[in-house]
Amino acid sequence: MAVTWRFALFLSVLLMLATHPSLASDEHSSDHGETSTSTSTSSSSSSSDSGHDVTGDTGHDDSGHDAHGGEPITTLPIVTWKWHHVTAPYLVALWILVCWMCKLILLLLPLRGVTQVKDGHPGYHSNSTESQHGHGSSITEVPIVTFKWHHVEKPYLIALWILVAFLGKMVIEANHHVTSIIPESALLICFGFILGGMIWGADKKQTFTLTPEVFFFYLLPQVILDAGYTMPNKLFFSNLGAIMIYAIIGTCWNAASVGLSLWGCHMGGAMGNIEVGLLQYLLFGSLIAAVDPVAVIAVFEQVHVNEVLFIMVFGESLLNDGVTVVLFNVFDAFVSLGGPAINAAEIVKGIVSFFVVAFGGSLMGFVFGLLISILTRCTKNIKIIEPGFVFVLGYLSYLTAEMLSLSAILSIVFCGICCQKYINSNMDENSVNTVRYCMKVLANGSETMIFVFLGISAIDKEIWVWNTGFILLTLLFIIVYRIIGVFFLTWILNKFRLVPIEFIDQVIMSYGGLRGAVAYGLAVMLDGSKIKEKNLMISTTLIVVYFTVIFQGITMKPLVMWLKVKRAQATEITLIEKVQNKVFDHMLIAIEDISGQIGHNYMRDKWKHFEEKWMSWVLMKPSARKSRDHVFSVFHQLNLKDALSYVAEGERRGSLEFIRNESAIVNFKKKFEEDYDVVMPDIMADMSDDRGDMSDIRNPVPSVSLEMHEQTMKGVRETEDVNSHHLLHQHLYKSRKQHRHRYSRSHFNINEDENEVQEIFQRTMRSRLESFKSAKMGVAPPKTISKHPKKDQQQKMANGKPMDKTKSSHSGDEDFEFSEADSASGFEASGQSFPMRVTYRPGAGIENPAFMPDMDPMAPLQIPPWLAEAELDSSTVAPSQRAQVRLPWTPNNLRRLAPLRISTRSTDSFMMADTPAILQVQQQQQRRRRERDEDFDLPPPPPPPPTDM
Amino acid sequence: MGSSRSRMDDIPHAQQLIHETDFSAAHLLRLHQRFKFLDKYQTGELRPRDFGAIPALALNPIGDRIIGAFFSPGRETLDFPSFVRILAHFRPTDPNRSRDSTQQELANSRTRKLKFAFQLYDQDRDGKISRAELLQVLRAMLETQVVEEQLQSIAERAIQEADLDKDDAISFDEFRRIVFFFFVFCLQSLEKVNIDHKMSIRFLK
Repeated sequence: MAVTWRFALFLSVLLMLATHPSLASDEHSSDHGETSTSTSTSSSSSSSDSGHDVTGDTGHDDSGHDAHGGEPITTLPIVTWKWHHVTAPYLVALWILVCWMCKLILLLLPLRGVTQVKDGHPGYHSNSTESQHGHGSSITEVPIVTFKWHHVEKPYLIALWILVAFLGKMVIEANHHVTSIIPESALLICFGFILGGMIWGADKKQTFTLTPEVFFFYLLPQVILDAGYTMPNKLFFSNLGAIMIYAIIGTCWNAASVGLSLWGCHMGGAMGNIEVGLLQYLLFGSLIAAVDPVAVIAVFEQVHVNEVLFIMVFGESLLNDGVTVVLFNVFDAFVSLGGPAINAAEIVKGIVSFFVVAFGGSLMGFVFGLLISILTRCTKNIKIIEPGFVFVLGYLSYLTAEMLSLSAILSIVFCGICCQKYINSNMDENSVNTVRYCMKVLANGSETMIFVFLGISAIDKEIWVWNTGFILLTLLFIIVYRIIGVFFLTWILNKFRLVPIEFIDQVIMSYGGLRGAVAYGLAVMLDGSKIKEKNLMISTTLIVVYFTVIFQGITMKPLVMWLKVKRAQATEITLIEKVQNKVFDHMLIAIEDISGQIGHNYMRDKWKHFEEKWMSWVLMKPSARKSRDHVFSVFHQLNLKDALSYVAEGERRGSLEFIRNESAIVNFKKKFEEDYDVVMPDIMADMSDDRGDMSDIRNPVPSVSLEMHEQTMKGVRETEDVNSHHLLHQHLYKSRKQHRHRYSRSHFNINEDENEVQEIFQRTMRSRLESFKSAKMGVAPPKTISKHPKKDQQQKMANGKPMDKTKSSHSGDEDFEFSEADSASGFEASGQSFPMRVTYRPGAGIENPAFMPDMDPMAPLQIPPWLAEAELDSSTVAPSQRAQVRLPWTPNNLRRLAPLRISTRSTDSFMMADTPAILQVQQQQQRRRRERDEDFDLPPPPPPPPTDM
Repeated sequence: MGSSRSRMDDIPHAQQLIHETDFSAAHLLRLHQRFKFLDKYQTGELRPRDFGAIPALALNPIGDRIIGAFFSPGRETLDFPSFVRILAHFRPTDPNRSRDSTQQELANSRTRKLKFAFQLYDQDRDGKISRAELLQVLRAMLETQVVEEQLQSIAERAIQEADLDKDDAISFDEFRRIVFFFFVFCLQSLEKVNIDHKMSIRFLK
């Protein structure tokens, strides 16, 4: 959470610096040799940069000229160096990165003592610089309290606006009836209208509008980074061809057709008297052509269409940025050049610049993605700020691309896509969660801000120029040409696609062409001195945005319902399905190999091999490389989920205390048997004592009353507590009783020694897992005793001994463990005198069907009559039915929890919850025998954990 | 490798195969070429070792099983018609072509596709995927990444998820269900698209 806070601070610092760039420049000028102070980009200026003194050179003949520069350009620039454009945020991000790198390096060095480097933000310095401005006037007396509004005005306003926008979102979200009909984005824009109206009423002019500066530098990157980071890679890349066709050809088609048609209508006299030439129409067409990622995410997120359709629209909206940037820049430059100067060479340059911008941007993102991955490989010692690297480097990739006039959106998308796999496995699980949450907080927050400010921007008399023909024709054309484009391209694509895109999907795709803030930002960036009708274009863009986001957004859902578009299903992931998918993948690859085809399965396989062999080796931690198979991670997730629901269930039912008590003892026994007999000979000695006692306690007499049982249970717990505490005290890692700090800024887990944590962790994890099995089989140790009074020993003779050798016994050693548990807990007396028939008692935490005892391992015939009777009489005993009424989901959910260490029957009790236990026992027994015979070719399974008693 | 251009005349029972499998003549020619390429000794039949010579297949963790699926039990050789019939499983289903039910089911129908996939697991062909069989597949796929114990518990859990009649094995019907697990609750048509997607490749002309 510190990171969140820190990053929020970082952002606000950025926002602050954006409007005082001279501060940043002054501060860093010595380091970077920058002497310029001319970067004052006031937030209301339409042109985003004004620098002429560009010193950098990218090797292109015409670099040094800005697309928007004041100097008239003579030729079309392909790549420009726009340092001044991004100076302030770039430097801040760079400084943060440098500081963190220092910290990282220092921590990597053995000099642990010297690591207390202040990782100060540059923002602190600028704060102090700023504070010096406040003391300009001489004071005559000591002020006690002064009102220094101007001192804090900028950040204060920013924070206030963010707060207002969030509050607005909160109010909107509070009412679910409304948001289910009208999408949130539309409501936020309306909220913006209201706010804008209030401001306008107060100030008589619009003081807050969405400037391209703020939008492109501080609001957009997070949203796009989040989109890239959470991108479903497989889906995206398997549809990449189609997405690219839509993004490139579709966008070009939209831009050209809209521009040309408007020009045609202009020639036909539909517009009235406005000064717009062909090139300007094309420029306008290019900025209005692009489908907007923010709007698409906002609307489609709530509709839940099927994933292929979603990735088509969404991917297109992300990737078309490359095209949009190029088209916009090219036509902008053409407008500046004027018609006569355009010749074939310029047009060729325009096409070349498309490839440079799009692929350069993607490559930039790729490089930064790799950089993040490599960095997170070695952030083991600074876990707290490791999520920060992701954000800072992601942001830097955006800014770097912007600086080189490459496609910034493509850059940050590919950065997110590339790094997601590696950082997720490199970083600590907490950090991954932090990244995920921060990303969502930032992206969602920015999205809210964008829509609110889009609304606010509308309430401004200055920009509104109404031209009915222009506006309505634009609306008509963007819809019509979008539909034509989508249908035509899909028609071509369907000839090649394995699974064709269906008709209704095409309808939704054409209808989902939402325009948004990107178009608005570009429109505001137009150069008013060259384009006379700039305001008309802005207002048209706003109308288009409102129409698409509000009207189409609202009608999208009914349309999807009405057309019965396939919806995405929110289903549980299942392990078997993942396994199956993997088999399918392998199978298709093999078939392609055999039939000699080179399809995309083949390509994917090749890429996977390459990736596993080289990239993972470089980019992933060695430890992370092992267990990263998808099937396994799904398995892990499912288990975690089950464990959570198990705990929740246990807490609901009473307490989980019984698990702890028992496992503390049972598992200890188990463990030293297995691996610790060398390490802890003294415990082994204890155990052999227990073994000796065993025979003594094996003659219980079954008959008891409920109260008695309860009391004895309590008694058991207490003694068990004492015992286990004693054991723990003796044999666990001795915690050091040193004074340690209670508070640490760089670690969440304070007051823990590493070794100790490690050991405790390992032990508890194992014991939890094992105890889960034992617990769900039935809980009270006494029960075992009452159940199988004599046959234990027989069983041990007959079954246990030989099986023990192969470590595949199921019953022998388990019985004997529980008897140990009894002896250890000093339970002999009660165990002998009272039969524990009634173990299912409300509040005792054991009546959950999940914890139903498994009677299994004993020879079925030897089960005592009273017990058989009880089990058969399901109305009185069978807890499964009683419990199932209350909790129908429980057995289903819990039974999937297959503990890490296998037991062939750990879950049988659930499956058979309703059948008489006796039958079940017999069946299982038989089946297991059969299985054992069948599976002789398998390596012997590991020794089973104590699954029953 | 001596694979001269095939002509339709070279292919035995060409017309019948086209009718049976719905492959076009161009597809068939191409497959025949491939068949001759694989058939290094020009015997007119393929043996498992011919498949083994494909380098990429040797890397495939379940390559052996797939090769095995090409050979019907007890036979060591595979002639061209059988080769084509098996590959026909992987043709995408043609939605426009509706055959009346009197004709025999095409190899690329959903059920046949699934049966083929099911075979990959069910090595002893008893109509059930037992725990051991599933475990073998899992082991082949995940071998290097997880330890044996984890593997076993994954198999355990997978069986539990799919096993509806509690016989500790996955029958074909259960198998069909899990593959469609996503779609149990939704429209029928979805099933089709999904399995088509997962078990089809595009055959080049």
